[in-house]
Amino acid sequence: MSDGRASSITQMQSKISISNLDFFYGKAQALFDINLEIPEREIIAFIGPSGCGKSTFLRTLNRMNDTIPIARVDGNVTIDGENIYAPGTDVVALRRKVGMVFQKSNPFPKSIFENVAYGIRINGIHQNKADMQERVEKALRDAALWAEVKDRLNTSAFGLSGGQQQRLCIARALAVQPEVILMDEPASALDPIATQKIEELVVELKKEYTIVIVTHNMQQASRVSDKTAFFMLGKLVEYNATQKMFQNPDEKLTEDYITGRFG
Amino acid sequence: MASLTTSIDRRRRVVNSVMTSLTAICAVFVSVLLLLIIGYIAVQGFSSLSFQFLTDTPKPVGEGGGIGNAIVGSAIMTLLAALIGLPVGIAAGVYLSEYGKNWFGNTVRFIADTLIGIPSIIIGIFIYTLVVLPMGRQSALAGGLALAIIMIPIVARTTEEMIRLVPNSMREGALALGAPQWRVSLNIVLPAAASGIATGAMLSIARVTGETAPLLFTALNSRFYNFYLDQPMSSLTVQIFNYATGPFEVEHAMAWAATLILVATILVINIFVRTVTRKKF
Repeated sequence: MSDGRASSITQMQSKISISNLDFFYGKAQALFDINLEIPEREIIAFIGPSGCGKSTFLRTLNRMNDTIPIARVDGNVTIDGENIYAPGTDVVALRRKVGMVFQKSNPFPKSIFENVAYGIRINGIHQNKADMQERVEKALRDAALWAEVKDRLNTSAFGLSGGQQQRLCIARALAVQPEVILMDEPASALDPIATQKIEELVVELKKEYTIVIVTHNMQQASRVSDKTAFFMLGKLVEYNATQKMFQNPDEKLTEDYITGRFG
Repeated sequence: MASLTTSIDRRRRVVNSVMTSLTAICAVFVSVLLLLIIGYIAVQGFSSLSFQFLTDTPKPVGEGGGIGNAIVGSAIMTLLAALIGLPVGIAAGVYLSEYGKNWFGNTVRFIADTLIGIPSIIIGIFIYTLVVLPMGRQSALAGGLALAIIMIPIVARTTEEMIRLVPNSMREGALALGAPQWRVSLNIVLPAAASGIATGAMLSIARVTGETAPLLFTALNSRFYNFYLDQPMSSLTVQIFNYATGPFEVEHAMAWAATLILVATILVINIFVRTVTRKKF
């Protein structure tokens, strides 16, 4: 966690700027000198073989790795020009700004309404009961789930299908009004129809949010993202506009991976 | 196709069926044992049961008498033990599972496990020295404390195990929304583990309801209805002990009847726990 190191020149339009990022699990290094600029209101896809560090990298962006005792970060991550690894950073405020959707949907053992209301309540965002109702409804509408659940808001979230649960988790993340949303393979456990809904939703959300999405699905990356980053063995191999990446990548390694020659 | 069945296969099948039968016989033996005990107690105890027996206080031999005050005493002391033991035990369990992955947690865990294994009479003597001697007399308070000490490690360890079962993804989900750690523990993890914790709590209550030894030194006994916590108090288990060790046949019959009530209570608690905690989410 060095903040003394001179930070690289941050481009003004970057929402998130990562420079010289190393990451360790104990003695094992998982990420090597990552440098990446993430522009505002774009969708960035992280691709790469299993274990290449893309999820680890994603979790450095909202300091979720703090929960792992042996994890150690070196380098700079700045969001809106602020180094999130600077001492005294309010992790709670950071996570409110940088929301996260996980690989496996993880609703709370509460009602559908309470799942969405939870983040609003703990952050004290709402003014009164009516305001809470409105915010929950808006989040569910934004997550394209409202129509399916509006008559059963007080039933258990576990009664929803897998795809609905994942959209509920997206609604839950949206409800606290983040600026960035990190998605860790949000559709990997879903069928093609549910996946399509999530993808449409992600593209729709781009209007308001900066989105970083980890995916194993090449087609998904090419369908939804503006830029793609390809990771391998903890290193960022290539970072380019998605179209270029999938049609004419700079690196031979990228081409081999995308065309399925390995991995 | 005869080649498919070699002598090794035959041997394996014979061993397999012998072993399966052996385990089945042992399983049946365990259930039969429990049924025999309950059945025998029911047969022996049922004839002495009456409304009067359930409400009366002990009387001199030949004048009837009952276990009313003992039932009330057991209820009061168990309640007292639960009021002290459950909050402490549950809080300790939360600590162990959420923050206890260090040398301190390991030490507490080891001590709790040892405490569970300590004979309950030693806990009785401990409270006798610590509470009864300074107070100058046995009391319901001392009895309740002794039972609480028996409960705490059991509740702490079951709570810890139950909380361990809450998937980590649920914690991460709450943390990612900007919830501080203590809120995650309090309003996500605890409710998710609630039914399991309740099961552990009820089973520990059932366990201490059946304790005799720690009460002999601490609460002693009383021939009257007593509602004062600083006075000796009767309990079902100690009353059974007294009736059973008495010289008269009538007393033995009353011991059986009281035993029936005690066993029935514990059985009801267990059945209640099983039905109520059948999973909801």
